[in-house]
Amino acid sequence: MYDFEFEKPSSISDAITLLSSEEAMPLSGGQTLIPALKQRLNAPSKLVSLAGIPELRGVSVNEGGMLEIKGATTHAVIAKQASSHYPALSALASHIGDPAVRNRGTIGGSLANNDPAACYPAAVLASNGKIISNKREINSEDFFQGMFTTALDEGELITAVQFEIPTVANYQKFLQPASRFALTGVFVAKFDSGVRVAITGASENGVFRWSEAEALLSDNFSPSSLDVLTFSTDGLISDLHGTPAYRASLIKTLTKRAVIAAK
Amino acid sequence: MPKDFGIGVSQKRREDVRFLKGAGNYTDDINVVGQAFVHFLRSEVAHATINSIDTSAASNMPGVVRIFTGADFEGVGGLPCGWQVTDRNNEPMQEPPHPILAQGKVRHVGDPIAAVVADTYEQARDAVEAIKIDLDELPAVIDMADALTENAVKVHDELKSNLCYDWVLGETDNEKVQAAFDNAEHITTLELTNQRLVANPMEPRVAVGDYNQATEEHTLFTTSQNPHVIRLLMCAFVLGLPEHKVRVVAPDVGGGFGTKIFHYAEEAFCTFAAKACNRPVKWTSSRSESFVTDAQGRDHVTKIELALDSENNFTAIRTNTLANLGAYLSTFSSSVPTWLHGTLMAGNYKTPVIQVNVKAVFTTTVPVDAYRGAGRPEATFQLERVIDKVARELKLDPVALRRQNFITEFPYDTPVALTYDTGDYNGTMNKLEAAADFDGFAQRRSDTEANGKLRGLGVNCYIEACGIAPSNIVGMLGARAGLYDAATVRVNATGSISVMVGAHSHGQGHETVFPQVVAEMIGIDESQIEIVHGDSSKIPFGMGTYGSRSIAVCGSAMVRATEKVINKAKKIAAHLMEASDADIELKDGQFSVAGTDKSVAWGEVTLAAYVPHNFPLQDIEPGLEETAFYDPANFTFPAGAYACEVEIDPDTGQVSIERFCAADDFGNIVNPMIVDGQVHGGIGQGIGQALLESCSYDKDGQLLSGSYMDYAMPRADDVPFYAVDHSSQTPCTHNPLGVKGCGEAGAIGSPPAVVNAVIDALQSAGHDVDHIDMPVSPSRVWAAMQS
Amino acid sequence: MPKVNITVNNNPATGEVEGRTLLSTFLRDIVGLTGTHIGCDTSQCGACVVHVNGDAIKACTMFALEADGATVDTIEGQANADGSLNVIQQAFQDHHALQCGFCTPGMVMSASALLKENPSPSEAEVRKYLEGNLCRCTGYHNIVKAILAASGQEVSAVAAE
Repeated sequence: MYDFEFEKPSSISDAITLLSSEEAMPLSGGQTLIPALKQRLNAPSKLVSLAGIPELRGVSVNEGGMLEIKGATTHAVIAKQASSHYPALSALASHIGDPAVRNRGTIGGSLANNDPAACYPAAVLASNGKIISNKREINSEDFFQGMFTTALDEGELITAVQFEIPTVANYQKFLQPASRFALTGVFVAKFDSGVRVAITGASENGVFRWSEAEALLSDNFSPSSLDVLTFSTDGLISDLHGTPAYRASLIKTLTKRAVIAAK
Repeated sequence: MPKDFGIGVSQKRREDVRFLKGAGNYTDDINVVGQAFVHFLRSEVAHATINSIDTSAASNMPGVVRIFTGADFEGVGGLPCGWQVTDRNNEPMQEPPHPILAQGKVRHVGDPIAAVVADTYEQARDAVEAIKIDLDELPAVIDMADALTENAVKVHDELKSNLCYDWVLGETDNEKVQAAFDNAEHITTLELTNQRLVANPMEPRVAVGDYNQATEEHTLFTTSQNPHVIRLLMCAFVLGLPEHKVRVVAPDVGGGFGTKIFHYAEEAFCTFAAKACNRPVKWTSSRSESFVTDAQGRDHVTKIELALDSENNFTAIRTNTLANLGAYLSTFSSSVPTWLHGTLMAGNYKTPVIQVNVKAVFTTTVPVDAYRGAGRPEATFQLERVIDKVARELKLDPVALRRQNFITEFPYDTPVALTYDTGDYNGTMNKLEAAADFDGFAQRRSDTEANGKLRGLGVNCYIEACGIAPSNIVGMLGARAGLYDAATVRVNATGSISVMVGAHSHGQGHETVFPQVVAEMIGIDESQIEIVHGDSSKIPFGMGTYGSRSIAVCGSAMVRATEKVINKAKKIAAHLMEASDADIELKDGQFSVAGTDKSVAWGEVTLAAYVPHNFPLQDIEPGLEETAFYDPANFTFPAGAYACEVEIDPDTGQVSIERFCAADDFGNIVNPMIVDGQVHGGIGQGIGQALLESCSYDKDGQLLSGSYMDYAMPRADDVPFYAVDHSSQTPCTHNPLGVKGCGEAGAIGSPPAVVNAVIDALQSAGHDVDHIDMPVSPSRVWAAMQS
Repeated sequence: MPKVNITVNNNPATGEVEGRTLLSTFLRDIVGLTGTHIGCDTSQCGACVVHVNGDAIKACTMFALEADGATVDTIEGQANADGSLNVIQQAFQDHHALQCGFCTPGMVMSASALLKENPSPSEAEVRKYLEGNLCRCTGYHNIVKAILAASGQEVSAVAAE
């Protein structure tokens, strides 16, 4: 990889200052960034490690009753510490990558990368979540803007993520057999106000909500509610591991399974 | 007391201790003082003419020692192919040059164009990025059928076409074959693909070249299964170096599976560059580089037809295959779809008429060569799939149909050039039936169905030709090498023994197993015996490890050398005890005179050999060291029967392997634990092929599965525990240990069992599906269920 | 060049590194501990698993500078003080859980992390935990068996005994 300067600030404000220099990039867990650097796909002048910033780590429930996870919290910590507050999210975190990856990879890093097959985007979108940056709050609806694209500006850092905690929820991930990312993943979250269904891994535009399913499930939270639906193959990913038709079928199957398993 | 040493004992592996402590010595662990690093500029397109290469900017970059292009290798030989196949018209195969660095053209993504040697790896890589190349891109040649059309773009302009050879084995008279089909009561046809795979040993390839100007000696450390083969090919065909001035060392090697047999450009490059730069030169492949440079495996497209008479006896097989060779002929690539594939088409069955046709094709893809099983998995898969299909069509019990057609009398001359010396296919099938609990399947299926899933049982047999190979036979068939092996048994004065062997251990456990044989023969403790391998300067000229040959061929050489040692030792003992040679017996490390209580210990004899004060110097030389070369009289023929049970989730098409049983006949067995492990590993790779792995190119020749992000390697949770049995044993009739070899069986025998089970499950639910190509991925199974 | 100080297998290790120097490179090329292996470049094979401050991580996907001040345990530090194999290593030898040995350091380090978290895992839990460790030789059979055995569980009923 190309060489760079390595910085490890101890506060968010120092990190922001460091990130303002030309071609600086934040380094969170590095589980996606480092492999990309090895391929020389990025040439940062400076990598700013977020690992030394205590205010970027932690899982808590805030005053508004939302689950707040700081940006540089690892998947392994989320799997442990979110389990009593939000079991479905904890379960999701406990199946990302593998144990060694979960000890390094972070929620903020994953969301900022917005891989179209990543798991967290489905949870954030289904939980009507908010991305908190050093500058602002961004609603999940506005944050995800297509494959590997988000609303973040240059130098803007995810400091925390907030989730509304549903009454019941479940995430169903069907593994892409090589990468173990989601070939298709479905997050179903049932709130008093209605049901939200977010799909990852399937669309060429990244994570999205399945509004037809949400309407039917809000009316009757039962897998049979979905029987009348057929998911269109338009815009679904076609690759070595699945055709659009297959992914469309998985979306429906996994949504039903998530409804059954939701708790 | 149970036996605690020697043949038949599951000794724990002594090599494990260093591996478990992180003290292995793999090639990338070797750093030579002053070494520089090479990084290759590789083609990013599948097919192009090179107009120019401008290295001027790159050569001024920091740390650059020297930049090489094809021009530096004009006059240097190309990488040779070790097997000349003769086609159906008695013409030699078309054999294009295979340069170290591209000469005027690139022919696959990853083809090396230039190489930068620099002080550090990153500097070499920086300079590679600064090389300017001007290419005219040409159309990629990917689909084999298209490649054989009249107006196809040629991969090699100097050849007549993209056809390397059109080869026939068995009955060459088409009319006779057709007559057999005309007379058949039933004919079943199956068209299938045996997909391309990447071997993926966990250790990527590495080469370190070193040159001593004072002694004019080259040393190459390399990740190889056969250091002497590399030395011979590199010296004689590529670089023109004197063999005695070249040492090739393959230290601990992290798996091979065939792909580390071959002589690669990077090995010759590092050897050449170390002298040219007057510095050691190291190359370490990244995994990404492995995907575009390691020879790949399989890649056959086949149509097989099977004819049966009214009693369901197999009467004829006709099979036509397109075999992908990739862009160049890798070291043994030409032999894989021919002599390692066509010769196995009889399988375990007495089919009287067989015709095998193979057309081997050049394409703009990575070269294809032997991968675990090499041709035999391709033969087994098509044969066992078509038998399964006919059993379903005729509603016959697939096991009974196989049993009915088994070869039962030996030796048996097949119609495809082999003589099976021995076997007992009913014996292994009996073992399989017991282990796999066929009787309980109906209950297990109904339990599965109660959970909303489908369950299927798949069975198949296999046979392979191992112990490669009788040199005179393979010579007639086009091999440009002998395939004997060698061992030197060096007894030290104090009685301990070093055995220098031509076989190379890269996971097979030779360091543990080979001493078991010598210990058994002499009756001394195995800890007194050490195996030396992998260094051409220490071992006799051996052909290395592949084709399940180590114990059958090199093991036999070791037995012969040990016999010579024992014979000489008996003469010494006879002298010491003033007895006749003929009366000396060796048991438990003691020489005794028959019918007396006189004896001398092994150590007394070995000491006398090296301190020959009281020694028959007039009859024999001092010392105790013997070498034997062993050239096998025939192949060995491991065979067996495998069974797989799968569950299918009908909503997603996900297949899970619930049970897997293997019953193999490997003849005699030296270390049962290690044999089990070899079978487990083979099954793991076979399940990988059946369900997960696929090396895929797009129409432009770009590799779609160029990393573990898209090439699905089997993981621990993709496979179950396996039940393996090798208690049905018909010892090989022509080697001294009666052994057959066990390295490839699992990879050969398992893919059809998995696919047969999937088809069984789908048909049980009424799906009209008679074949799904591998990998039988969820997406493919689901699609098959929709039609 | 920046300097790192890392405690490796209870010994201090110091070296000058570049920003881009990976922990795996530091261990292999600077400290000289070549038991940590590099089998891929996409953070999947797990041959490089070591423990950093007690957590299993992939040393090829962490910069040396990120480990400054940390405690790192590698395969070379796993044997008992008298040099004998530890329980997991011994189980690997007893059950023939390695062939070529290349994935083995990562497997042992992952197994050790698993048993610390879950001292008596089920077969399914072992298989799941090894998701990030590829082995091409063993078909995983004996690795899973060895880890179950190392946890003190009975494995004689496992198929193919």
